[in-house]
Amino acid sequence: MTATALPLVEQFQYGLDAPICLTWELTYACNLSCVHCLSSSGRRDPRELSTAECNAVIDELERMQVFYVNIGGGEPTVRPDFWELVDYATEHHVGVKFSTNGVKITPEVALRLATSDYVDVQISLDGATADVNDAVRGDGSYATALRAMQNLADAGFTGFKISVVMTRQNVDQLDAFKAIADRFAAQLRITRLRPSGRGADVWDELHPTAAQQRVLYDWLVAHGDGVLTGDSFFHLAAFGESLPGLNLCGAGRVVCLIDPVGDVYACPFAIHENFLAGNVRGDGGFTTVWRESDLFTDLRRPQTGGACMSCSAFDACRGGCMAAKFFTGLPLDGPDPECVKGNADAALLAVASGSAPKPSLDHSHRTARRPVPITLGLRASTPPVGACNENPLAGLAI
Amino acid sequence: MSTSTAVRPFDLDAAWHLHEQVSIRPERFGALLYHFGTRQLSFLKSPLLLQVVNALADSRTARTACVDAGVAAGDLASYATALQTLAASQMICERSTP
Repeated sequence: MTATALPLVEQFQYGLDAPICLTWELTYACNLSCVHCLSSSGRRDPRELSTAECNAVIDELERMQVFYVNIGGGEPTVRPDFWELVDYATEHHVGVKFSTNGVKITPEVALRLATSDYVDVQISLDGATADVNDAVRGDGSYATALRAMQNLADAGFTGFKISVVMTRQNVDQLDAFKAIADRFAAQLRITRLRPSGRGADVWDELHPTAAQQRVLYDWLVAHGDGVLTGDSFFHLAAFGESLPGLNLCGAGRVVCLIDPVGDVYACPFAIHENFLAGNVRGDGGFTTVWRESDLFTDLRRPQTGGACMSCSAFDACRGGCMAAKFFTGLPLDGPDPECVKGNADAALLAVASGSAPKPSLDHSHRTARRPVPITLGLRASTPPVGACNENPLAGLAI
Repeated sequence: MSTSTAVRPFDLDAAWHLHEQVSIRPERFGALLYHFGTRQLSFLKSPLLLQVVNALADSRTARTACVDAGVAAGDLASYATALQTLAASQMICERSTP
């Protein structure tokens, strides 16, 4: 019998031999251009993992006994081999939960999904009304998501997830989101907005105000286990009681991200070379990156907590989200930019405009409206008369 | 039946087994459990508890699984509580045949 019964949160801090679950973004291609996209998705990367390479990753996950993967993108269902990969994973005892904007969830696909215990679906929705949603996710995206939900409900798929990123514009719609989930016998999942990817560009306008954070916390406490959070709001635990789930940053310890080209990052919100641990195409594959990479080894060392150590709430929030600090230009061992005690406010003001690190990759569509520089000027003189102009009055100025 | 298991105390003298949709992954601290039907994750907080859970299906009762694994008589009550938590989340189920 082991005498050392450390709390689980301590155990997880030092990492596990395999992730509990991981996020796998299958493609950077996407039909939408959400303003807060954490992976700056849009265009497919030509170096994307092939079907065979994806299958090899799944084989590794099976050997490591990873129970399930959260598949995302981009829009993963636009990969032509998407369903083939889902089947391969579930046949190899790796469950799949995939995130989609719903574009490919036809009645036929919904029927097929409803029959599998090993596949779960998460439809993204960032507004309980079309105006709030489409302002972030693009025109028509609300209708697409609702149609997908209707198809899943009609096929008898209960308990699928409706995934909402909380913003300043939708915090007051929490009850309306819950009502939509209840209407489709689905489960509501709300997660935290991060200043990652294109999210950095809209962070200042979209992230919830301090007053809204309190509203969010109270709502989460009232709804408890009935609402999923991806354990992403642990920075709010500093308000008082802990929220259900793991109250710690799992980056590189119990979770990680595999991106479409096989790069392994500490977490889905940290697509930056500073958090790149290796690539699944390297010798030893994903297993070696997970178990031996310098970055992950470092993340599993006891963290100091820095400026937060003297705070009474440190045990509850543990300094908050690494990615949120990094992409707002704050030190990693200090408070979270949304620290509910206001301890980051002074540091945020001191961050020089434009000095926060930028994501390493950008696959955004190039069709966004942006100014094109052109030179306007008056012609210096009348145009030359063409040699072929036979008009006798050509070039005559009166 | 599964709803009534949640309220009554754990029956150490019944026969139990791991739900067929549950996977176990041994860890240094014990094990991780994942139920593919309910999509719930759970933890076994000691290697001895893992040994007990693994032995359930081949033991006549949960009590024999505990005793055979070496659980001290004084610890039986706390193991029953842990098993009750697993039963409430459908990670383990009662089986009718011994």
